[in-house]
Order: sequence, then C-alpha cells, then structure tokens
Amino acid sequence: MTNTTSQAYKPLAPVRPVRFRGGGFRTVPRRFIGLIVFAMLILLWEGGSRTGLISALVLPAPSQALDAFIDLALSGNLQKHVFASLQRLIFGFSLGFTAGLIVGAAIGLNSYMRAGLSPLVAAIFPIPKIALLPLFIIWFGIGEGSKIATIFFGCFFPTVIATYGGIDNVDRTLIRMGQSFNMPHRDIIWKIIMPAALPAILSGMRISASIAIILLVAAEMIGAEFGIGAYVLLAGNLMATDQLIAGVGMLSILGLIVNWLIGTAEKRLLDWRN
Amino acid sequence: MDLAVEGLSHRYGDLDVLRNIELTIHEGEIVCVIGPSGCGKSTLLRLLGGLEEPSSGRIMQVGEQPVGSLNSLTYVFQDFALLPWRTVAGNVSLVLEHHGLGADEIEVRIADVLERTRLSDFRQAVPKQLSGGMKQRVALARALAVNPAVLLMDEPLSALDSQTSELLMHDLIDLWQREHFTSCYITHNLTEAVRLGHKVVVLSRRPGVIREIVEIDIELADRVMSNLRLGQIQKDLWQMVRDEAQTADMELTES
Ligand SMILES: Nc1ncnc2c1ncn2[C@@H]1O[C@H](COP(=O)(O)OP(=O)(O)OP(=O)(O)O)[C@@H](O)[C@H]1O
Ligand SMILES: [Mg+2]
Repeated sequence: MTNTTSQAYKPLAPVRPVRFRGGGFRTVPRRFIGLIVFAMLILLWEGGSRTGLISALVLPAPSQALDAFIDLALSGNLQKHVFASLQRLIFGFSLGFTAGLIVGAAIGLNSYMRAGLSPLVAAIFPIPKIALLPLFIIWFGIGEGSKIATIFFGCFFPTVIATYGGIDNVDRTLIRMGQSFNMPHRDIIWKIIMPAALPAILSGMRISASIAIILLVAAEMIGAEFGIGAYVLLAGNLMATDQLIAGVGMLSILGLIVNWLIGTAEKRLLDWRN
Repeated sequence: MDLAVEGLSHRYGDLDVLRNIELTIHEGEIVCVIGPSGCGKSTLLRLLGGLEEPSSGRIMQVGEQPVGSLNSLTYVFQDFALLPWRTVAGNVSLVLEHHGLGADEIEVRIADVLERTRLSDFRQAVPKQLSGGMKQRVALARALAVNPAVLLMDEPLSALDSQTSELLMHDLIDLWQREHFTSCYITHNLTEAVRLGHKVVVLSRRPGVIREIVEIDIELADRVMSNLRLGQIQKDLWQMVRDEAQTADMELTES
C-alpha cells in the first residue's frame, strides 16, 4: 500500500478506533504522596483536638506530645533513655545476628549440623522470646544481661532460618561451576554461596531488626530505669498520654532509621540485581 | 592430551542411563554427541569431567597437559553459570584467583582471553547488561583462561536465539581454526554437530549406548551449507536419530 496518510475504508462498514485497555495495575513511584497523607493526618488530629472534637483525655494533640518531648529533652533525661535503649538494641541485635549468621551458615553447609540443629531451631523459633524473659532474669540478672539476652534470642532464630534458607536456594549450577574449576571449598563458600545468599540474609536482617525493637520495648517495660520502653510505661502508669505519644513517636522514628539503614545496605550490596 | 572412556556405564538407582560407552576424544578434535532427549548426554559430560562418579568403567587422561593449564577438564555450561554480582573481568578472575598466581599474571590472562573472545570493551560490564550470546562468550573466555586440555560443552548454544547462536558458532569455528582446541560438544542440533564435529557420536535412547560414531573428514572451513556431502551426512544422522527420538518421545508420554 502506498497511501499512508489516509485509508480508503470499505463503504458503509462501521469504523471505530481500538480502545486502549492496558492501563492500571502498575505501581508507579509517586513522590511526596506519603508525606502529604502523613501531614494531613497530623493536621486533622491537631484540628480535632483544638476544636474539642477529640477529648484531651482520650488522645492528646500532637502539639502536646511535642511539648512533652521538648520537656523531656530539656530535663536531660532524653539522652539517658535513648542511650540506654540504643545500647541494648545494638548489642543484642549485632550479637544475635552474628551468631545467627554463623549457625545458619553451618546448618546450610553441613549435613550433620542440619540434621542436629535444624529441628531444634524449628522448635524454639516460634516461642515468643518475651515469655522467656523471667527465665533470662534468673540466668542473666535483672540488669542489662536479661534484656540483651531477650533481644539476642529474638534476632538469632530468624537470622538462622533466613541464612540457611538463602544457602539452600543458591543456584546449584553455580556451585557445580565452582567445583568444575577446582575452586577450594573455602572459595566456593565465600565467593559463590555467601554472595548468592546475601539477599535472603538481608531480608532476614530486616525481620530481626523489627523483632529487636519490639523485644527491646517489652523487656524495658518489665524492669528498667531508663530506656524508651520504661519511659512509655511510666507515662502510661501516670496517665500522661502526651508523654506516651512522645515515646511512641520516638519508637516509630527508631524503626524508620533502622529500616533506612538496612535499605541502604541492600542498595549498596545488591546493586547487581537491578 | 586425549580423553579415553573405557567401558563406562552409569545408573541412577534403578534408572539405567548409560551403558558400556567406549570413546576416545583425541587431542585437537571436536567430538559432538547427539541423541534423543533424556538419553544421558549431560550425564556423560558430567562423568567426563569428574563432576559425577561412574557406576562402572573409567575415564582416563592420556598424555601431557598443555603448558600453563590450570584446569585440564573445563566446562562451558548451557545456562552460562556466570556470577551476576561480578563483572565480565571478575567472572574470569574468579577461576584464576585460587591458583596463587600473581596479580599481573591474572591480569595478563584476563586481558588475553577477553581479546580472544572479542570482549575487551566489555570487561567492566555485569552479566545483566549482556545479551545471551555475550554471556556465553564470557563463559567461553572464563573456560579458556585456565588453558584447558579439553573443553566440555553441554548445549552451549541452545539457550540462545538462532541468529546469536549462528554468530557464536562462527566464533567457535574461528577459535578452533586458530587454536585446535579439544572438545566434547553435546548438542540437540544436527546442523551444529555436522558443522563442528570431527566425530559425531550418536547415542540411542535411554539407556544410552553408542549407536554409531560418524567421522567427518571435511575441513571445518569447508563446511558450508551448500556442501553436498555434508548435507548427506546430516540426512543420514537424522535417519538414525529420528526413530530413536520418536520412540523416546512416546515412552515419555506413556510414563
Ligand atoms: N542426578 C540425577 N538423579 C537421578 N536421575 C537423573 C539425574 N540426572 C539425570 N537423571 C536422569 O537420567 C536421564 C538422563 O539425563 P540427562 O540429563 O543426562 O539426559 P540428556 O540426554 O542430557 O537430556 P537432554 O537432551 O534433555 O538434555 C534422565 O532420564 C534424567 O531424568
Ligand atoms: Mg542435557
């Protein structure tokens, strides 16, 4: 056909364009929307409190929670609470994660370890570790030991499971390839298996980190002088809901920071994936 | 170095896969193995390179290894088996790092094989950025880097589209003409077999036994489509394979 600009249609035949129907069902990144929703909610909440629609007894206004936070900062107790919590979190998490990584790798790489340890892990993993806290207090004392132990065990098991699951899913042909080039076992583990399992290990890390924050607060609520959990508990006991909201806000921010750190690590270490 | 297969049989539990294979791959020749799906071609190749132990029989390396060979029996896999987190150069370097070579020697070998496979411009690319044909060339470069005595290739072109595989086929023919490498080349594709093979081994359906070994004494360079004798050989091979393939196909659908 030489005529490209205008077509000659069959006379009297009905003519209609093809309708586009391939839209939707695709997530497009929309920046700032999340932030706007968040800000709107806070504004609505503040407005509701100011107009008396929301009783101050039920829920304090965001501005009151902010005041409580500023009071806390001025009193000099903020650093003490945050420092105590961070210390427990960092110790418990990094020890639990490291130990979990080692045990998970051992289970993933060695069939005796797997046969011996994986049933044990499967049996202990579902126990909410906070239920063991009284036991930990007897074993490790009422001080830091029992709190760190709770976080440790909370992080340990998910890390073990994520690590050996990741190792199990490593493409066998890559391992075969390493063997076919006579690579020593050590090299196959460090240069093929571990990097290939890294995505699974990092998503396990995300889970352990959120478990760590939950357990941190729970452990601090049971017996601690300082710590964000202790602050929240005290506020609750005094019915100081403004302080309670301030504490909860701090926890939320802590969670966001941890999430952001792991996200950054993922982006750095796994940039080969996209 | 030659590779000699003596009375090789292999079974997986109750499944008889290969039976009494006798075969010698002489230095400097390409031996193509064809046969119906599931007849044990890949198994044979895994046995040849020591990735699996034969149930009976043995595989012998006869003669001296080439100088500077780091891994005499080296595979090129169908699905490339490249590490996605390493660059082209990094993937080649992976198989050199554990030999205690100096950094410059490793660098020299990498540069050399990337040159030979025309990948020098892509040394910093990661596999994800490469087409299938390029990935297979990286895998070939990696295999050449250890200076192998025998290249063991399991359907290296079958994951590629037909145009890419045609290009890579040319590369392989070129490479053989320059370096006379020794290879066992598994394929489904009769055209590949008659264009590359000095010998074509025809396996029967499972349990795989050697039905026939066809020698093709035409220079690789002269094996053009229009070569009548080559066409005849391909037809003969097809006759042989067809019945086996048909029966094997029926067996699979029955079970
Ligand atoms: N590790 C294994 N364990 C048990 N059976 C196996 C194993 N590997 C292969 N088999 C079986 O052995 C037979 C031969 O397999 P093989 O992969 O060698 O065939 P093939 O000729 O390469 O087939 P294809 O042409 O499809 O690649 C098949 O029936 C397969 O199911
Ligand atoms: Mg196969």
